[in-house]
Amino acid sequence: MDDFIAARSQMALSLGFHIIFSCIGMVMPFFMAIAHFYWLKTKDPVYKNITKAWSKGVAIFFATGAVSGTVLSFELGLLWPTFMKHAGPIFGMPFSLEGTAFFIEAIALGFFLYGWERFNPWFHWITGVVVGISGIVSGILVVAANSWMNSPAGFDFVNGQYLNIDPMKAMFNAAWFEQALHMSIAAFAATGFAVAGVHAIMIIRKRNVKFHYMAFRIAIVFGAVAAILQPFSGDLSAKDVAKRQPAKLAAMEAHFKTEKFSPLIIGGIPDTLAKQVNYAIKIPGLLSFMTYEDFNAEVKGLDQIPKKNQPPVAITHYAFQVMVGFGVLMMGIAVLYFIALIKMKKWFGKVWFLKLFAWATPIGFIAVEAGWTVTEVGRQPWIIQGVMRTVDAVTPMPGIHYSFYLFTAVYLSLSVMVVFMLYRQIKMVPKLYEGS
Amino acid sequence: MIYIVIIYLWVALLLYLLLGGADFGAGIIELFTTEDNKAKTRRISYQAIGPIWEANHMWLIIAIVILFVGFPAIYTTMSVHLHIPLVVMLLGIIARGTAFAFRNYDAVTDNLQKVYNKIFVYSSFITPLFLGIIAGSAVSGKIDPHADTFLSAYIFSWLNWFSVTIGLFTVSLCGFIAAIFLIGEAKYDELERRRFVRKAVQMNIAAVISGGLVFVSAISDGIPLVQWVFGNPVGITAVSTATISLIILWYLIYKGRSKSLRLLAGFQITMILLTTTYKHYPNIVILKNGGYLSLLENQGTDKTIEALALALLIGSVFILPALIYLIYSFQKKGAEHAH
Ligand code: HDD
Ligand code: HEM
Ligand code: HEM
Repeated sequence: MDDFIAARSQMALSLGFHIIFSCIGMVMPFFMAIAHFYWLKTKDPVYKNITKAWSKGVAIFFATGAVSGTVLSFELGLLWPTFMKHAGPIFGMPFSLEGTAFFIEAIALGFFLYGWERFNPWFHWITGVVVGISGIVSGILVVAANSWMNSPAGFDFVNGQYLNIDPMKAMFNAAWFEQALHMSIAAFAATGFAVAGVHAIMIIRKRNVKFHYMAFRIAIVFGAVAAILQPFSGDLSAKDVAKRQPAKLAAMEAHFKTEKFSPLIIGGIPDTLAKQVNYAIKIPGLLSFMTYEDFNAEVKGLDQIPKKNQPPVAITHYAFQVMVGFGVLMMGIAVLYFIALIKMKKWFGKVWFLKLFAWATPIGFIAVEAGWTVTEVGRQPWIIQGVMRTVDAVTPMPGIHYSFYLFTAVYLSLSVMVVFMLYRQIKMVPKLYEGS
Repeated sequence: MIYIVIIYLWVALLLYLLLGGADFGAGIIELFTTEDNKAKTRRISYQAIGPIWEANHMWLIIAIVILFVGFPAIYTTMSVHLHIPLVVMLLGIIARGTAFAFRNYDAVTDNLQKVYNKIFVYSSFITPLFLGIIAGSAVSGKIDPHADTFLSAYIFSWLNWFSVTIGLFTVSLCGFIAAIFLIGEAKYDELERRRFVRKAVQMNIAAVISGGLVFVSAISDGIPLVQWVFGNPVGITAVSTATISLIILWYLIYKGRSKSLRLLAGFQITMILLTTTYKHYPNIVILKNGGYLSLLENQGTDKTIEALALALLIGSVFILPALIYLIYSFQKKGAEHAH
């Protein structure tokens, strides 16, 4: 494996790992806050048990998220020193603010996890909410840093020099809002579906039905609302990508030829040599309409982008299809959920209905990973869109493939451990929380 | 503004050494505790450290962010030439963090606990060892930006006696801080308290020996450490107050004054960090060709530094009161529980 590919793969691996934990770290505190709230209000011990069971899981996720994040802040320099040398002072603003958000999060978590029966119950409740809020804030801030790579701002690039640096302008670049919005909603959708799915599985198996049913109800509300909002936010993102990164949009759509009345291409296998997509469904004019709200608008295709500036088409296209496909599916399931809630209460007792959620457990996270693949692979060959190439940013140190294998092994075993840990957590529910 | 940023960098390093150090040290002490006492040590250190555990390692992240935003050339030079020790340290951080979470939150208590504990104690040793190696390498003058072989560019930049002895010195300091800290935690259990006093003695001896080795290796590696430390009034004052205060420290231990004890140990560590950084200031990386990377010459543009300083100041307004309240309330509640 060549060092450059190894460095990219290691970065992708670490980020792909971290994002799962950070989504959970951002969203679970809100689920807990709801359960905790019901416990304080109704004094129904099941709610307390749910809060406690979740908080143990969250503590494990949190520690894993924190260490993988720490690794990332070093990896930026270990793998991409040339990038960091120039980009650090420009896009660093969100990172320095994020430090505060993380700190608050860690402090509040200390209060929350160790504060049972030690503090005023409402103070204790608030600390849980603070964990969630600061998690969301830190998520938004990192995504602002990432969006700067897609839509560089806050400096003038003159003869290879980075002049007139303005960190505030860099933070509030053109892409930050769309990306931060889409990411935050994604975190709720993915975590909501995953948590609801796990509890649905337990209900199907008839284990502690009351406990799991109440937990399911809390998680799915968040997941379903987010899943319905997500395609709208995705549409905003796509319009934004069309403006700032036409090459990325063309790769997402496997759109080879510049044309008016462009078709929306769904699925299919892109053939980069023949410059066409085989076996795809094409809806005439829809791409033009979706990106520019005009069926006759011209959409830039890959033919207008020099070969050396084109991202890998197949990966970007497949990843985009996966995200949108699962996004639509999740929206459908969410709609069914609301129908059940309003009109068809009896569905909640039906196995087919619960099975739907059980099968949907991982799809939100798959969509998250796919979405990041679109964003990051679609930016290639640039590390800073239009300014610096990824190849020019990589570390001169040889032998990065060893480090990639090492980190792969570490992250694989960690994933196995975390899953095992969760399995034990769920298995212990009946013993720990007698009577739920 | 630049001075605000530099002060924050220094304070973040100091607090990481103190709070993170106590945290690593608890693992180091567990490593050197006999089998039958391990469980008790574990319980006491978990009670003391659990609530602030997540917050402790934030100091490292703050320091890193200050480096990459404010002083990118320093961050990237270290990242390139100290790649290998940094990776080892990161693996240590991963192993330690996850082992800590697993051993405390695993729903089932079985033989796996032994595995978590093993991982926890060994990584508690390795991580500060490599932290010390990295810090030592930065000032050792072994980083060669023009190196043309793999060994000289990426291995000998950190694999030398000086850096390794600094690593060992860091490990013993962490153990020492933790022992002093735990003496206070165990004040209601006389047997346990005595055990931590013994640990403090051992760690102190280890620190004195490894500190001596640092000087020896500095001489053999041609590093003018003696001159750095004793060649200026600040260095001499700091070293001698730290040494003299050792006597008071032993008196306080004997008297069982755990609060003043902690303050004093904190003071000593502060003096040690002051001595080692004062003479170098503002150069935090010294290169092989005699060149150096100075905090005052490699800073980002004014606007960046200004924004960074503001972010740090605003951050402290939120963080410090909350952190102090966290530490205070668990200290107080801990004491109530023990009664
Ligand atoms: C639950 C997860 C999820 C779901 C259901 C969707 N997305 Fe998404 N999408 C993400 C999770 C995600 C993400 C992982 O969070 C990304 C990566 C970067 C970002 O800001 O969000 C993303 C990026 C992303 C981008 C690239 C943005 C950029 O490069 O700046 C576009 C154009 C879309 N999405 C569009 C959509 C559309 C049209 C969807 C319709 C159903 C959709 N997404 C569903
Ligand atoms: C957590 C969610 C994220 C995921 C899953 C993700 C995924 C990826 C992937 C798949 C790549 C490899 C692309 C390729 O080389 O073809 C990559 C590269 C990279 N990402 Fe991200 N990314 C995420 C967020 C971020 C953020 C927030 C930042 C920075 C602030 C960032 C910085 C980088 C850098 C520096 C590279 C390497 C250079 C490059 O390939 O362009 N990423 N990421
Ligand atoms: C879109 C991408 C990202 C999101 C949404 C995100 C979000 C989060 C969240 C919510 C946490 C809190 C811990 C947890 O909940 O498990 C966290 C931890 C962390 N993240 Fe990320 N992150 C992203 C990418 C990155 C990148 C690229 C870096 C580094 C450059 C990074 C550095 C960190 C660090 C250092 C921590 C540990 C903080 C602590 O100890 O609490 N993250 N991240």
